[in-house]
Amino acid sequence: MNFNLLYHIGRYIMLLRQTFAKPENFSMYWKETMRQMQDIGIGSLIIVALISVFMGAVAAVQFSYQLDGTLVPKWYIGYIVRDLAIIESAPTITCLVLAGKVGSNMAAELGTMRQKEHIDAMDLMGVNTAAYLILPKIIAAIFMIPLLVTLSAYLAIGGGYLATVPTGALSSDEYERGLRAFFLPHNVTMMYVKAVVFSFILTTVPCFQGYFVKGGNIELGKASTNAVVYSNVLILLSDYMIAVVLTG
Amino acid sequence: MIRAENIIKRFDDLEVLKGVSMEFNPGKTNLIIGRSGAGKTVFLKILVGLLEPSAGKVWYDKVDFFSLTKKQARAIRLEVGMLFQGSALFDSMRVQENVRFPLDMFTTHTLAEKNKQVDRCLERVGLTGAHEKFPSELSGGMQKRVGIARAIAMEPKYLFCDEPNSGLDPRTALVIDELIQDITYEHNMTTIINTHDMNSVMEIGDNIAYLHEGILAWQGSKDEVLTSDNELLQGFIFASPFLQRLRSAALKMD
Repeated sequence: MNFNLLYHIGRYIMLLRQTFAKPENFSMYWKETMRQMQDIGIGSLIIVALISVFMGAVAAVQFSYQLDGTLVPKWYIGYIVRDLAIIESAPTITCLVLAGKVGSNMAAELGTMRQKEHIDAMDLMGVNTAAYLILPKIIAAIFMIPLLVTLSAYLAIGGGYLATVPTGALSSDEYERGLRAFFLPHNVTMMYVKAVVFSFILTTVPCFQGYFVKGGNIELGKASTNAVVYSNVLILLSDYMIAVVLTG
Repeated sequence: MIRAENIIKRFDDLEVLKGVSMEFNPGKTNLIIGRSGAGKTVFLKILVGLLEPSAGKVWYDKVDFFSLTKKQARAIRLEVGMLFQGSALFDSMRVQENVRFPLDMFTTHTLAEKNKQVDRCLERVGLTGAHEKFPSELSGGMQKRVGIARAIAMEPKYLFCDEPNSGLDPRTALVIDELIQDITYEHNMTTIINTHDMNSVMEIGDNIAYLHEGILAWQGSKDEVLTSDNELLQGFIFASPFLQRLRSAALKMD
């Protein structure tokens, strides 16, 4: 079991070494990166927007309920929703969702290419397949996912507003006061650190799973599932580590 | 010229190739035949460098392929074209993009020059006008032709074909065989074909190698196949009682 884990970690590191190599042709890599940016960025907009709005709304409603009858001022809801969105929900929940959507897609795409001998065909032409197929995905994710996370934070705050102000739970001024209170720019830095680290995880782990698929459709399905499970576990683990390091 | 020297390949305890040596000359269609599990595909993958042998060497002219650095190996690979069993066309690309892919990746030609080469290749395989189609819109035979067009786009010295006729009807298979043979002769390529198809053997087999359980059991030309007294080869070619009776009758007539 331990040897097996070491074997996979070693293989993952070797794949990354192969991935960060000099491209054979920059324009081909650029084209592929643009395609991936569209897939990851534009393709995930709706799901990220939906989840973010509801996360913000649920957080606002829940805290409104929790704070009801306490001495804590109501405008704290805006402050809590803002920091919850920036520190946790926007980077972490968004990336967990993207690991399911984008990660499984990448594992399936590369796995299918492996099974249909597309990767062999490229290898045989002399293409560094690890670099050509994986590097554009990593670059695209590292550029697009922080943007999605930023959007998610704004939409979550907007969701909180929609869930509390029109319903009369608190006034617009109160919510705004909460949003402006105790703001720490460091939290935004933490959000972006998380977004970049999670983007790297949710692309490289699924690509690793897909790139080395052996067997048929059942193995491909397993690789896709493993891609999501391992990415999620690693995202949560690194979330904890980043929290410890950046808040310590 | 490609030369395989005492190739051994093991997967854990299983020895798939047990010291296979062969030589493939330019301007010839070299066929590797054998039963399923004989080690043909493994041998072909070793020849093209997709698998590394457990022991033995593969020579491309005077170069030992497996002693090369990655960069040097890439230079050799630019001289290799391969037609895969399932064609291995990139589904998300149109026919012309598939054929142009190696040119886009490895040449500094202008788009017009690359498109001209694509036109030439598609015309050569009889697919003029299929540029804008996606692989899913093509028949099996057409996909093989696009695969050949892509394989020859870089004007390779070596052409490898893995089961070029699998999944094709006999008539289309014959067309693909003839196409591969014509291209081989036209460009004086070293062509190596891995096949089960006896029609191919009899039609285009300039040099035939029969692999049996990981060893080279017989080698000769298509004319020698019928008259060979190698029992393993005869057992493979004339597998059914009907074909055995046919062979006996033919030999009696001779």
